[in-house]
Amino acid sequence: MIDSQAETRTLKLVYFAWVRERIGVAEETVEVPHEARTVADLVDWLRGRDEGYEMAFENAAIVRAAIDHVHVKPEASLAGAREIAFFPPMTGG
Amino acid sequence: MTPVVRIQREDFDLNAEVEALTRDRTDIGAIVTFAGLCRDEGGKLAALELEHYPGMAEAEIGRVAAEAVERWPLNGLVAIHRYGLIRPGGQIVLVVAASRHRRAAFEAAEFLMDYLKTRAPFWKREHLSDGTIGGWVEARADDDTAAARWN
Repeated sequence: MIDSQAETRTLKLVYFAWVRERIGVAEETVEVPHEARTVADLVDWLRGRDEGYEMAFENAAIVRAAIDHVHVKPEASLAGAREIAFFPPMTGG
Repeated sequence: MTPVVRIQREDFDLNAEVEALTRDRTDIGAIVTFAGLCRDEGGKLAALELEHYPGMAEAEIGRVAAEAVERWPLNGLVAIHRYGLIRPGGQIVLVVAASRHRRAAFEAAEFLMDYLKTRAPFWKREHLSDGTIGGWVEARADDDTAAARWN
């Protein structure tokens, strides 16, 4: 029997600026299948959820990601991650 | 030397920050300050709305400031970034760099601003003079170029 605990990982996702507007929520907690090992895998999984996510990630190369407050690349592993953020290129300063 | 990093809604006072950095000290030979202000873009803009990622904004600017402290011999370093609604003429960002000689202060201040623009999690949205909310400001390629030259 497969332990259901092992099949997903719980992640807090937070979104900013137009990524947040397109998805429609500022943050959420999701159960992500363990097959999703990297940030890019997570994006693929999110895009399949509904058209808001599809719109937010339609040009996935533009959207930036951070794991636990540190910038990461799409190939970054989700292992040990608690909070993943997605946002457009930054325009502060 | 520990840099001062503050993320705040309230305005800041450039002179007060310089005063706090230099008070009772005689070893500082150079102070460079940079203040970024909100423009009205020829009357088009009523305000800029700055969204930020609480927690990461402090952490990321802290990492950039720590890198500046590693690279240049600084006596003091302050970085303040505001969020919320800022009207034309209002202040958005402040960097103060202090060192024995001017070059380190100039370079550290410029490095901090270049990296802050491309790495600090802030996003600007335009509120227009006709009362409508405009789009999100797009990132500029020349900001990336400016940051890359420090590598």
